[in-house]
Amino acid sequence: MAKKIDITLKVWRQNSPKTKGKFVQYTLSQIDQDASFVEMLDILNESLTLSGESPIAFESDCREGICGSCGAMVNGKAHGPKKETTLCQLHMRMFDQNDTIFIEPFRAKALPLIKDLVIDRSALDRMIAQGGYISVRTGSAPDANTLLIRKESAEKAMDAAECIGCGACVATCPNAAAMLFVSAKVSQFARLPQGHPEREKRVQSMIAQMDKEGFGNCSNAYECEVACPKGISVSTINRMNHEFLRAGLKEA
Amino acid sequence: MPQILNANIPNGALHEKWTNHIFNQKLVNPANKRKYTIIVVGTGLAGSAAAATLGELGYNIKAFTYHDTPRRAHSIAAQGGINAAKNYHNDGDSVHRLFYDTIKGGDFRSREANVHRLAEVSNLIIDQCVAQGVPFAREYGGLLDNRSFGGAQVSRTFFARGQTGQQLLLGAYGALMKEVAAGHVQMFPRRDMLDLVVIDGQAKGIIVRNLLTGEIESHGADAVILATGGYSRCFFLSTNAQNSNVSAAWSAYKKGAFMANPAYTQIHPTCIPVHGDYQSKLTLMSESLRNDGRVWVPKQKKDPRPPDQIPENERDYYLENKYPRFGNLVPRDIASRNAKEQCDAGRGVGETGFAVYLDFKDAISRCGKTDISEKYGNLFDMYQQITDENPYQQPMKIYPAIHYSMGGLWVDYNLMSNLPGLFVLGEANFSDHGANRLGASALMQGLADGYFIIPNTIGHYLDSITPSQFTTTHEAFQDASLQVKERIDTLLSIKGKRTVNDFHKELGHVMWEKCGMARHETGLKEALSHISKIRDEFWQNVAVVGEGNTLNQTLERAWRVADFIDFSALLVEDALHRRESCGGHFRIESQTPEGEAKRNDAEFSHVAAWEYTGEQNTPTLHKEELMFSDVILSERSYK
Repeated sequence: MAKKIDITLKVWRQNSPKTKGKFVQYTLSQIDQDASFVEMLDILNESLTLSGESPIAFESDCREGICGSCGAMVNGKAHGPKKETTLCQLHMRMFDQNDTIFIEPFRAKALPLIKDLVIDRSALDRMIAQGGYISVRTGSAPDANTLLIRKESAEKAMDAAECIGCGACVATCPNAAAMLFVSAKVSQFARLPQGHPEREKRVQSMIAQMDKEGFGNCSNAYECEVACPKGISVSTINRMNHEFLRAGLKEA
Repeated sequence: MPQILNANIPNGALHEKWTNHIFNQKLVNPANKRKYTIIVVGTGLAGSAAAATLGELGYNIKAFTYHDTPRRAHSIAAQGGINAAKNYHNDGDSVHRLFYDTIKGGDFRSREANVHRLAEVSNLIIDQCVAQGVPFAREYGGLLDNRSFGGAQVSRTFFARGQTGQQLLLGAYGALMKEVAAGHVQMFPRRDMLDLVVIDGQAKGIIVRNLLTGEIESHGADAVILATGGYSRCFFLSTNAQNSNVSAAWSAYKKGAFMANPAYTQIHPTCIPVHGDYQSKLTLMSESLRNDGRVWVPKQKKDPRPPDQIPENERDYYLENKYPRFGNLVPRDIASRNAKEQCDAGRGVGETGFAVYLDFKDAISRCGKTDISEKYGNLFDMYQQITDENPYQQPMKIYPAIHYSMGGLWVDYNLMSNLPGLFVLGEANFSDHGANRLGASALMQGLADGYFIIPNTIGHYLDSITPSQFTTTHEAFQDASLQVKERIDTLLSIKGKRTVNDFHKELGHVMWEKCGMARHETGLKEALSHISKIRDEFWQNVAVVGEGNTLNQTLERAWRVADFIDFSALLVEDALHRRESCGGHFRIESQTPEGEAKRNDAEFSHVAAWEYTGEQNTPTLHKEELMFSDVILSERSYK
């Protein structure tokens, strides 16, 4: 049987982008350690609602670590203390009796706050819109097996393609850079023959959009890799830099 | 007045219908396409694929999602794979076999012509997705890899690790964002569709709530496509995402669209069992696990021993014993019902006794841990994360959970509902899976509808109407937004003492107990009266804190739960009417001596399409008779 624990939460509450935010303290008792972190927040929200207080706004949808909706800084770490885990897959067994847990939204200039723990991640969509796809018509493609792809390349493309677009990498980066996010998409296509015809244009336009959105630059802190719930490697950033350089040289 | 519905199935031989139909459709010429605006609600596989493809064709698309980005739709959570009749394994597969497996898997309650078309376009989907750069699993030679799924004896399932849905959705999302960048698609994220606008009997727009500002917006169009997913969350605990809901489809139903076969709900056999009352969802473990995992329970009732101390001869591998030909790969409804049967007989395992073992010991000793981890690594990790148990060392504990809804809004062969101009795609429609969906077929149907069917059928309708005939100043838009505002105000003004979640849980409990894996007349009638009580109390006593003019997640949920309550009553009504067992709908009164589902083809070989007749009134039942020309209806046997 799972243990039950008593905890203290300090949650960032902010009603709107324009109002001032602050930490508000809540105490919770007898939380089942088998509960997920977001289920623990559900329990808190149920009691807030019954006492007429406004529940904490937070996003969470699939609750199986794949949709990328959830995310918060838990004790200063994106998605909490467990490696390669989204907030919804973090369980209360990672915490002890009488722990105090700080919960804050992901913070970055390019991902502005909306309310409490909810942030605006539309900048990620705008970067994808600049080339995170194959732009030829794909609806009348030749038989799939006419295109042979080495297993190793397919696996590496898949490693990069696993990105869930949660924004943890940006929130963790000391420069609020979106390099891991952009490089994951660039690498996926750079690894596959389908991505080759547009490789130069893709990397250049996506990076241009990244700069335009106000994301910072990479200074090799590697924090993003640690925070990524899908374990996307910083080697994708190397790959992107390689692609970017290659595109520049080809142009010159 | 009950009517006999016409599905507009084209004439000709089964395998020629779709080809001929495409030719016989009227086309809209490229220069005229931009004069038409189409609204697409929902951006999962079906919605994203439709919006991207129609945008590429040159139509003006307005795409809506309640998420912050299209990529979050719940299609993303599909794990195992997508079927196609490529026969790359040369193991006897063909379009006809995929068609036959699907129609048999659906217990002969789906439309033959639709299912055949689905099998026909399945191969094109794989071609398209590969061209998009979807990183499907490959063999060492560089060819695409396949695996097997339930209800089939061939390997026809394409996959991208345990994240096939994610990769397919990201492919469709990429295609969608390409059209956004090209200016063909306008994205409206964080919008919840709350009503359908119908003018002169035709769908002409929608009313949405901007979830950040609370503003009620009117959007007009020449056609409306709903790709809004399924209704499994009316059971509260399900494998669906927290926000998945029936409200968009329900609003269309209340505006006159027929709801078909709502009682057909799928219960997935391999989910992580229920553990506490705070629990918000049941996590699915992909069906692909049944390729290598063996399902068993101890022969002795309430056996207290840990699994590794139960010797082979005291274990009952009940699926392998009972269904030797399909073994652990029987279809989902059969695997689920058998798990329930074992647990009800006291042989269940785990703390609650509501679980069976899914054991990988033999597979690990046969293929090695590395091989198993390559195939299912992320699923094993997810299992361990949730349960704190290591499935490499001890068997998984699994139990069935509500997963998918085969029923949905009624559509004809063109995927158009009985309301002209309203099209319904993917899980939101009813047409392809009959009474039970086979694994790896949801992704296939979503993408088939979005990439290949709707782009070929919507033009015929659009050609028959004048573009931009109405604006949102029309009184139908005014009336609809007024009603939406009033309902929101009511929800905010009740200020009751019970939370939305609390009502939702009570509803889910009733639905699972009385209308879940086994249903009978008395229980269903009890459910109806219980649902009516929940409804009465909800509108007296629900607690919705906060305002309407800002982000208010409780208000969003309250709206959805209010609809789930009403929808559940219709689901139960449909289950009551169908006095036969078929697929996922098991009526205790109708079973074979061996306890298998017993259909009644003479009386129930029809689609039940329900028409709204006003609040508290009994809905009217319309029927579409199912005609079979190429398959012979038989008792489904997997033995």
